Parts: sequence; structure tokens; C-alpha cells
Amino acid sequence: MMTSPVDRREPIKLGAFLIEWFVRLAGLSTIGFVILIFFFLLREGIPALFEVPLSNLFGTAWYPTFGYYGTIPLILGSLLVTLTAVVIALPLGIASAVFVREVAPNWVREVLKPLIEVLAGIPSVVLGFFGMTILVPAIRTLLNIPTGLTAFSGALVLAYMALPTIISVAEDALDAVPKSYRDAGLAMGATRWQTIWRVVVPAARSGIVTAVMLGLGRAIGETMAVMMITGNAARMPLGLDALFKPVRTMTATVAAEMGEVAQGSVHYHVLFGIGIILFLVTFVINLFAAKSIFKKRYRGGLR
Amino acid sequence: MNRHAIQRLGFGLLGFVALVVVIPIVLIIALIVVRGAGAISWEFLTTMPYDGMKAGGIFPAIVGTLLLTMGTAVVSIPIGVGGAIYLSEYAKDTWLTRAIRLALVNLSGVPSVVYGLFGLGLFVLFLRMGTSILAGSLTLAIMTLPVIISTSEEALRAVPMEFRTVSASLGGTRWQGIRHVVLPQATSGIITGILLGLLRAGGETAPILFTVAAFYLPKLPTSPLDPVMALPYHLYVVSTQVPGMPPQMQYGTALVLLVLVLSMNVVSSLIRSYFRRRRQW
Repeated sequence: MMTSPVDRREPIKLGAFLIEWFVRLAGLSTIGFVILIFFFLLREGIPALFEVPLSNLFGTAWYPTFGYYGTIPLILGSLLVTLTAVVIALPLGIASAVFVREVAPNWVREVLKPLIEVLAGIPSVVLGFFGMTILVPAIRTLLNIPTGLTAFSGALVLAYMALPTIISVAEDALDAVPKSYRDAGLAMGATRWQTIWRVVVPAARSGIVTAVMLGLGRAIGETMAVMMITGNAARMPLGLDALFKPVRTMTATVAAEMGEVAQGSVHYHVLFGIGIILFLVTFVINLFAAKSIFKKRYRGGLR
Repeated sequence: MNRHAIQRLGFGLLGFVALVVVIPIVLIIALIVVRGAGAISWEFLTTMPYDGMKAGGIFPAIVGTLLLTMGTAVVSIPIGVGGAIYLSEYAKDTWLTRAIRLALVNLSGVPSVVYGLFGLGLFVLFLRMGTSILAGSLTLAIMTLPVIISTSEEALRAVPMEFRTVSASLGGTRWQGIRHVVLPQATSGIITGILLGLLRAGGETAPILFTVAAFYLPKLPTSPLDPVMALPYHLYVVSTQVPGMPPQMQYGTALVLLVLVLSMNVVSSLIRSYFRRRRQW
């Protein structure tokens, strides 16, 4: 830092002043980025509303080359894959969190936790590649169906991608349950198993809900793996066997088609419109999750 | 069946579920390592691809990913650590602070492909950067921010209040206290957060699809406004877009990407445990 012989404190103050402003701006920039993202999605997406009649936009046919921009099959595709993923991940995640936190001996925990962290670090394109080369053929042979590129294959991989989030947040929630709760349960003569399910898990309920919401948010926005293994057929996923047929999600549609459309075309605007839907849906999901983050979770009690 | 037998059965079941979660992870890594190892050679790592990427190496993709990760770091580290310092050391509990937290929650939830759309709309088209390293790095940097901010803030908050009061009692200004006392104590946590964020950025495909990635570009970039190839996108291309691709090329690319990403993971845990041993509190 520069110093002058006349007043040695002045430059330090100026430096600190500048840094404090930089730090404040850095904090505020996050708000700016959210606004920028939303603004640019709207800027490129809103024209779609004027170019395509609503009955077409919310129709059931997605054939952009022929002017059909029905987003309903894509929305339903995303819902089907995401909800199935959560249904698979929820029991696995909570059981693993309970095992790691409440049951496993220390050395087992030391092995499991880093492995789960590694899963969080594997890029989605690598999981997609694994899904394509191993999972998809396996599902085709096991279930004896014409193609293994199905909603179910996508949901399975998505479930694993959501697991690290669900497990770590649920684990924190269990960790935050005061020890006195467990002691009280055991002192009443309950076994550890009974205490876990009737005292500890219910006390951690809101944190577990947060875990599920965050997992859901991750799953619905996942792109590459889903694009590589769900088969990308934009048709209505109706009927009981929809889960075992190819589907196409909103994210996969944007990723697959944006590279090939002309900038400013109707198709381009509609793809940004899908981006707006994705932005709003994940925003709402994360808002719900955050509500329980901000809320104080426990009323006192010794740790 | 008495309740102790139920407990044994239940614990066994939980352990089984944990295995079901962990075994596929081990399988994925083992498979990619075993099948990819054969492809790895000096030539594979350091030469240009040719023959429609069916032969040669992946050098430009490795360089591209390293450049993108560095570009992301240059932008996201100062803003991220700055934002974390603000939230932990300066911000009071006002509506503005709550708005920042809400923005962070939102940013961390935005799907990666939506970041791609945003980068296309703002950097590539509106600011006329074209599909370039610059546009991609900026997009990835914004995506990485919430990770860096929240982990760094946690690290700063973990430094006990006494450190700040002692610094102030010695006549230090608030910034001096942060600069010389709080930050050094929180370094390991901050570096871990930065590595976690960059690891995510380096492995992402969707945000760079329309902002940087070149399908096939067998030369190195000469300016930040050039497009580049990138490892994750290259893996996507060789596994889905080019028919008749030798599996060796696919597994080799997957392995290099995995090693790059997971080594950052390992480095970050090493740093964490090293500093934890030296910590003074």
C-alpha cells in the first residue's frame, strides 16, 4: 500500500474505503445477476407470445419445423422424469442420511461420506455417458422393451444426481436435532431404532423437506444426462407405460435445439420462453426450500 | 419378533440402502478408469484430433477446459470472496441483506441450460462477444458465484468473534482486522469453496453449448474472443453426435475429464485437513 511521509494514515483509509465499497458491490451484484438473467430471458422469450397463438404454445404437438410449438409434452416430460427421480431418491437419500448420521460406526462414515461427495463432483455429461453405454442397454434387456432410452432410465440417473444434495442437507437436519431429544427417547425405554423414527426424524422434518425440495430443484434443471438417455421423443407421456417409453424434457429441448435455430426466429423465441418457465419453476421450488432455511428450525433444547 | 430384533433388521436394511447408493458410484469410476486407461497416451493428451475426431488426441479440448476454468476463476474469485466478506463481516440483518440471500438461493437453483440461454442473450449477442472463451467464462463465473459465496461465508463465520474483538482492541480498523486476522484464519474454507465452484464449472456442458463450445476445431485459440473445444462438450460430441466413434476415444475423454475434476476434489480435501490440523482454535 502507498504511504506518504506527510500523513501515513490517509492512503490506508482510502484503500480500505475502496475495498469496503468493492465488497459491498460484490454482495449486491448477486441481486443484479438475478435481475439480468430474468431480463434477458424475458427480452428474448416474450416475443414468442406475440408470434405464436396461445392455443399453439400450450398445445400437445411439438414440431417446430412445421410451426407447432406445443410445450405441454415437454412440460409433462420434465414432470414425469423429475417426479419419478424424486420418488426413487427420497427413500434412498433419507435412509442413507439416517444410516450415516445415526447408525454407521465412524470408519464406515469416513468411507461413505467422501464417496457421496465424489458423486456430487462427477460431471453430468459423464453420468449421461455411463447411462448411455451401460444403463440403457441393461434396461432394454432386463425389461425386454424396444429401446432403453426411456423416462425411467433418465429418472434413475437423475435420482443419483440428486442424492448428494438430499443426503447432505438431510444429514445436517438430523445433526441439528438436540442430543437431549435422543436421550429422552432412550430414557423412556425405546430402542435406538424407535427413537430414530419416532423422535429424531420427526424433529428434523422441516430440514428433510428442504432436502427434498433442493433435490427436486436440481433434478428438474438437469440437462445433459437427461438429454443423452431419455430418447428425446416429444410426444405426450400419457398412459401407464409412459415411464418406459422415450420422453423429452424442457431442458433437453433447449439444449438440443438452440444450437440449430436462427437468432431472432420464432423457434428461437419459444426456446427462450421455455427458459422462462424453467427459471420460474426452479425459483418457486427454491423459494419454498429457502423458507425453511431462513426459519429457525428448533425451539431451544440442549445440543 | 421382539423390538431388538426389529432394530437389528432395520439397521441392516439401512446399511443395505447405503450400499445401493454407493456401489454404482464405485462402478462408474472403476469402469471409466479401466476402459479409459487403454486410450491414455502421450499422443492422446498432446495432439490434435483428426479423421473426424475418430483419431488423434484431445489436446485442444484439454486446453479449452483449462482456459475456461481459469477465466471463470479470474472473474468469480474476487466477486465471490468479496460478496462473502460483505455478507459475513459487514451486512446487517436488513431487507437488502435478505434480498441478497434470496438472490443467492435463486442463482444456485437456476438450471445450467438457463445459464446457457442467459449467456447467449447477454454476452454472445447483446454485448457482441460472439461464441468465445470470454462469453463462456463470464457465464460460468456467474453460475459459480453462489457456490463460492456460500462456502466462503461459512468459513468466515466459523472464525470466532474473539479474533475480531482482539484485533479491534489493538487499534486495528475493521478492514485491517479482516485482512490480517479473519481472512488468514478462513483461508482453507475459502479455497475449498473456490475449488468446489471451479470443479463444477469445469465439468459443465449446458452453459457452454451456445456460448463457447466448438464442435471440432483442431487449433488453439489466439485471443479470448475465439471459440474453443472443451472436454465435457467433446465427450458429449464423441458419444452422441459422431456415428462410428471408437469407444476408446469416448472412454479416454471421459477419464481425462473425470481425473481433472476429481483431482480438484482431492486437492480441496487435502487443503481442508492440512489447515484443520494447523488451526489455532
